[in-house]
Amino acid sequence: MFEEIGTTAEGDLQINVGPQHPATHGVLHLVLTLNGETIKKVEPHLGYIHRSIEKMCESLTYRQFSYVTSRMDYLSSHINNNACALIVEKGLQVDVPERAKVIRVIIDELTRIASHELWWGAMAMDLGAFTPFFHAFRERETINEIMEETCGARLTMNYIVPGGLMMDIHPNFQKKVKSFIQLFRSKFDEYNELVTGNIIFQNRMKGVGVLSPEDAISYGCTGPAARGSGVKCDIRKLYPYEIYDKVQFDEVLETGCDSFARYMVRLKEMLESIKIIEQLIDNIPEGEFQAKTKAVLKLPKGEFYQRVETARGELGVYIVSEGGTTPYRIKYRSPGFSNLSALDHMARGSKLGDLIAMMGTLDLVIPDIDR
Amino acid sequence: MFITNYIKNVFGAVKSLAVGMKRTGYYFTHHKEIITEQYPDNRDTLVLADRFKGEVVMPHNENNEHRCTGCTACELACPNGTIKVVTKFDITPEGKKKKAVDKLVYHLELCTMCNLCVVACPSDAIKMAPTFEHSVFDRSQLTKVLNQPGSKIMDGVE
Repeated sequence: MFEEIGTTAEGDLQINVGPQHPATHGVLHLVLTLNGETIKKVEPHLGYIHRSIEKMCESLTYRQFSYVTSRMDYLSSHINNNACALIVEKGLQVDVPERAKVIRVIIDELTRIASHELWWGAMAMDLGAFTPFFHAFRERETINEIMEETCGARLTMNYIVPGGLMMDIHPNFQKKVKSFIQLFRSKFDEYNELVTGNIIFQNRMKGVGVLSPEDAISYGCTGPAARGSGVKCDIRKLYPYEIYDKVQFDEVLETGCDSFARYMVRLKEMLESIKIIEQLIDNIPEGEFQAKTKAVLKLPKGEFYQRVETARGELGVYIVSEGGTTPYRIKYRSPGFSNLSALDHMARGSKLGDLIAMMGTLDLVIPDIDR
Repeated sequence: MFITNYIKNVFGAVKSLAVGMKRTGYYFTHHKEIITEQYPDNRDTLVLADRFKGEVVMPHNENNEHRCTGCTACELACPNGTIKVVTKFDITPEGKKKKAVDKLVYHLELCTMCNLCVVACPSDAIKMAPTFEHSVFDRSQLTKVLNQPGSKIMDGVE
């Protein structure tokens, strides 16, 4: 395939987008077949950042393997760790204290907001607007400071562990989260002023990258990519884990099916996450932050599956256990891989410049696709 | 009808651009809302969170005593083989052999700061320190021995 780059038999132009294209957030390599400026085919070439995480997890114990998953979708690292913790707890039938569950949900939703903030800034930068990036990172920095104080790191925290949490929350946690909620609510209108209402932005997003609900389902799209097409797929609503069945929030659905709809889903999801945090932040129950577990964890023989809703969609963890201290086989179903598979379908027939808008609204995190 | 719509669209477009420019103009004239950290210049006043995971250290008291018993729990908990515990046998005053730590070798270049060793330690001998400027000229300098030379175990730690 690489040798043929240039022109095809029909006289179409083949060009590479990536691996080091500034518009890609990782190292994704797209081979485009172009007729003039019209896209005929998009072929993603993967594997530039493959670290064989699934195989690596087979040699790590059940306490150790979850820290690796922070490196998959590094923007929703807490949610990945939560999935690993949940599946081990399911296998061992451990009851996690209520306090740990509430803190997990708060931390997960903070992660989701931080992830969507970064997506918002980076996507606007892909489309040529530089200012939004700094606005997004200003609010994201506040979340990072909260994480740094409570979890001890800013990106790969390894805070949610099987059995509960690594350590208790910092005494300042509640105060800081409350001041973040206030800050976020006061700054949120700026996002709409700067980007959403902008006529250039709207013209570049509306009617671009149309993905019908049927196609979204058949390509296995999840998360905001599918909810922008009106497909109900929020795992927090469909298969509630932790305490998501006890909090009030709406699943954000848009029916525009285009890039603008996916954009609006993510913006509104940030407000829904704020709503969840507001309900929980004053009601963190007292008690232990970790259940009592054995020093060496051994999952019983069998198969286990757990899914969670990350910032990008459905993450599934599948473990086959032989009864030992390490898993026999681990499989991760990452949301980014399935969402990327719909890109070819969306891009066919549209212009080259629109491809960047489509990739932006799919919110691709390449380490999550490659693993 | 077409003309009025066209004019409406043009004015709506200009208004949307003006709203965005007003927001950027606001920050252009309000310097106090800028939150950029001037990192190398503010080194003296920079305060990191006390839980910040920078590197693993072993605290010693003023008598050069630590709390490590050489049980190798941290070595078993580490997912990357960052910690290697070299043990020796001390002779107690009663004449019995007792296992003790000779060297706790720590490879900073392999460490992912996951905190699992600190949690696994039964005697709180190691902890995470909030340091972050780890660059050195040679990678062999990143391999450290955590227990200080001549140090011994604190009384009462089993």
